[in-house]
Amino acid sequence: MKSEKTIKGEVSIVLAGAAGQGIQSIEKILSHIIKEDGYHVFTTSEFMSRVRGGMNSTEIRVSSHGGHAYVDNIDIFIPLKKGLTPFLEQRINDETVIIGEKEELDYEQIIDVPFSAIAKEIGNKIYSNSVALGLIGGLLSLSETLMNEHIVKVFSAKGEEIVENNRRALQEGYRRGKELGSTYKIEISKNNHSSEAPMQGQTMLLSGTDAVALGALAGGCNMISSYPMSPSTGVLVSLAGYAERMGIVAEQAESEIAAINMALGGWYAGGRAMITTSGGGYDLMTEGTSLAAIIESPMVFHIAQRPGPATGLPTRTGQEDLNLVLYAGHGEYPRVVLAPGTTTEAFELTRQAFDIADRFQVPVFILTDQYLVDSFFDTPRFEIDETQPVNHIVKTDADYRRYQLRGKDTEGVSSDESGLSPRGIPGYGEGRVRVDSDEHTEEGFITEDVLGVRPPMVEKRLFKKLRLLEENALPPKLIGSTDYSTLVICWGSNRNAAAEALQKIGSDKIALLHLPQLFPLHPSVAEYLERAEGTCVVENNATGQCADLLEHETGQKIDEKILKYNGIPFSVEELQEKIEKIAGVHNE
Amino acid sequence: MSNVSYLNNNTEIAWCPGCGNFAIRKTMDQVYQELGIDKQKLVMVSGIGQAPKSPHYLDVSFFNGLHGRSLPTATGVKLANPELTVVVESGDGNVYGEGGNHFLHALRRDIDITVIVHNNMVYGLTKGQASPTSRKGFQTPVQTTGVLLEPFNPLATALSLKSGFVARANAADSEQTKEVIKAAIRHKGFSLVDLFQVCVSFNKTNDYKWFKDHTYYLEDEYRPDDRMQALQRAMEEDPLPLGIFFQQENDRSFHEKLPAYSQDKSPLYRRQVNFEELNKMIDEQFV
Repeated sequence: MKSEKTIKGEVSIVLAGAAGQGIQSIEKILSHIIKEDGYHVFTTSEFMSRVRGGMNSTEIRVSSHGGHAYVDNIDIFIPLKKGLTPFLEQRINDETVIIGEKEELDYEQIIDVPFSAIAKEIGNKIYSNSVALGLIGGLLSLSETLMNEHIVKVFSAKGEEIVENNRRALQEGYRRGKELGSTYKIEISKNNHSSEAPMQGQTMLLSGTDAVALGALAGGCNMISSYPMSPSTGVLVSLAGYAERMGIVAEQAESEIAAINMALGGWYAGGRAMITTSGGGYDLMTEGTSLAAIIESPMVFHIAQRPGPATGLPTRTGQEDLNLVLYAGHGEYPRVVLAPGTTTEAFELTRQAFDIADRFQVPVFILTDQYLVDSFFDTPRFEIDETQPVNHIVKTDADYRRYQLRGKDTEGVSSDESGLSPRGIPGYGEGRVRVDSDEHTEEGFITEDVLGVRPPMVEKRLFKKLRLLEENALPPKLIGSTDYSTLVICWGSNRNAAAEALQKIGSDKIALLHLPQLFPLHPSVAEYLERAEGTCVVENNATGQCADLLEHETGQKIDEKILKYNGIPFSVEELQEKIEKIAGVHNE
Repeated sequence: MSNVSYLNNNTEIAWCPGCGNFAIRKTMDQVYQELGIDKQKLVMVSGIGQAPKSPHYLDVSFFNGLHGRSLPTATGVKLANPELTVVVESGDGNVYGEGGNHFLHALRRDIDITVIVHNNMVYGLTKGQASPTSRKGFQTPVQTTGVLLEPFNPLATALSLKSGFVARANAADSEQTKEVIKAAIRHKGFSLVDLFQVCVSFNKTNDYKWFKDHTYYLEDEYRPDDRMQALQRAMEEDPLPLGIFFQQENDRSFHEKLPAYSQDKSPLYRRQVNFEELNKMIDEQFV
């Protein structure tokens, strides 16, 4: 550890402690203050699957350039507890400034700040986190007024004395942080006109979970039935919290099987339902997905991935369930798979998922992961498209047939051309709405007519819909030069880390292709691949599921795969190193 | 009372000749007629088996879904549009076996639906294996030495979960069955009708005669307002009592207690996104 240092442009602060020690509260309060003070901020945490104890850590990244991805590097390390996990240990280097209670910890070089002694002097050890909070604020030279305001807000319900003591703890921490700041200077420009990555207008601070929940609301979601499962539960909690204000039916189902069948009952009767779950929970919903397909019901699934198989690593991240959602459910049917990479995209894709599901009467998957849903990002305020979501339903007449093979649909296109049978709901119009999990006639009655009914039903449900879905697929996003020779391809939450890695490499021979829609693929994906001399897919799994999909769907060979499957997201540094190595080979 | 028939006579009926389901179909037609239920506001939900085909043979909207899942599906239908009358008609395998957990939680939720369970003590569609209500010793090609498991007691289960309407009927007695089902549909909240019926093809033990010999009707003076007494009667095994064991009115249905329906009573399909509120919420919580 150097005795003096200037950290420029970006800083990574890592807090580590046991579950229940309050590092997440510090992260939450601090990130809001940093954002309100006008800086770009990103926070991500890794934690153990336990309520108390263990060793968890959270990374708070403040930058001039809007670095919204995980970095391995730790500039400032603040341990609140003795002991280190190997994962944290390998990230601490000679440059890392370690701050903490010398007496409690076992570091050779540590800047001693006796958080608990200071807190005790103020009145109680419980104020140590406010000392730590103040210390970081002082180091970053954050607005003291803002910090005070937040402390008052957080503790106001606990009475004046507690507020006052926390404020004093904060001030003492702040003073010491300021002092330290003269030796360890941190120079980061605010998110304004002079910034490298200015965000215009208002900004928000929110997690991937928040973005999915808000996207659902904007897409007209009015029902959620789910069974809690990390890391997906946040969306259920969030929508349950909005239930009264936004008129949402939010029901905790007795199982994932109940959740999906309840949601399908909801769509049948005119609701716009979603479920939120993770891989293991989704396993239980696969029969329900197959049901959605045959009854031609819209359905929206949010699946926040975590590493498997089975219970796997419940609180960590991975991208192992692409194949699961691509192939889940018996029988053959089309589906849509979306995978957002940023909060803005999570909002936008979830909003669109409802329209895609409703319009084409298909299951739509929003594939996120623990890293995206649990991380917080400063984000330009969502611009909400206030066009009322269209309920793609028709008022039925007396001779309504749910699975009509010919006729006019709502958009004036005959159903045999569009592949869609107009969707009616019971209680709206004169007709009967019959849906059946068996193969059925146009009226919805069970049939064994293998010659007259089965083939056109399959064609309508499968081929015609698939064609429509392909025509309406969302295009990939090319980030970087169009004159690339190496094309790096990523999906979901790897977008930010990969984009930042490429920016750091700074070569116009390498570009990034991010895929917000994985199935069906937009036709331009194949064209982008074709133009590259070398291709490389980045994904958080052990087998390269997206690479396989690309090869299968485009017929083109993927040259390299950068894979990671230990439950930790890709860091900017490791992607930079790996991409440089691969591109070096291709660009020679 | 409407004089409109609720039968659908245009579809070929796939049941075995002499099946107990024919009588139930006729009874359901009368029930709907006598209650004067609006066909446009009626939904039947069923699973897989012989009983779940029933809605096909009636002139109703229906959701014939997955095996065992009728209760969560029906719950979703009711929650999305409380204006609908929702009736589940499925078998003992569907409701008590494959969907047993849903049965427990639908009871706890007290969702305002009526559940009619065809209980013939055998699996018909899969050709004669034991059902959750098969009596001990019942021999089948799978349970070759006779059923070893205790039969499931749906009435006692429902009563223990504080269900507000618990009844059992024998489909062969169409008049009594009709009255029980009518009361069940009128009941606000979850109502269970465990409905004895014969399977002429795969259950030669529990035939018409067996049901006649091993059942009796609760006495005229029996009042279905005492849960403990109802539980005691529900525990009787031979003969098995028939009738309404317990009935207690609710002030409010489950959906009426949900925040989603506290202000706005309209079904979900008639709702619009409140963008003003959404924007306000984003500004309050995230900006």
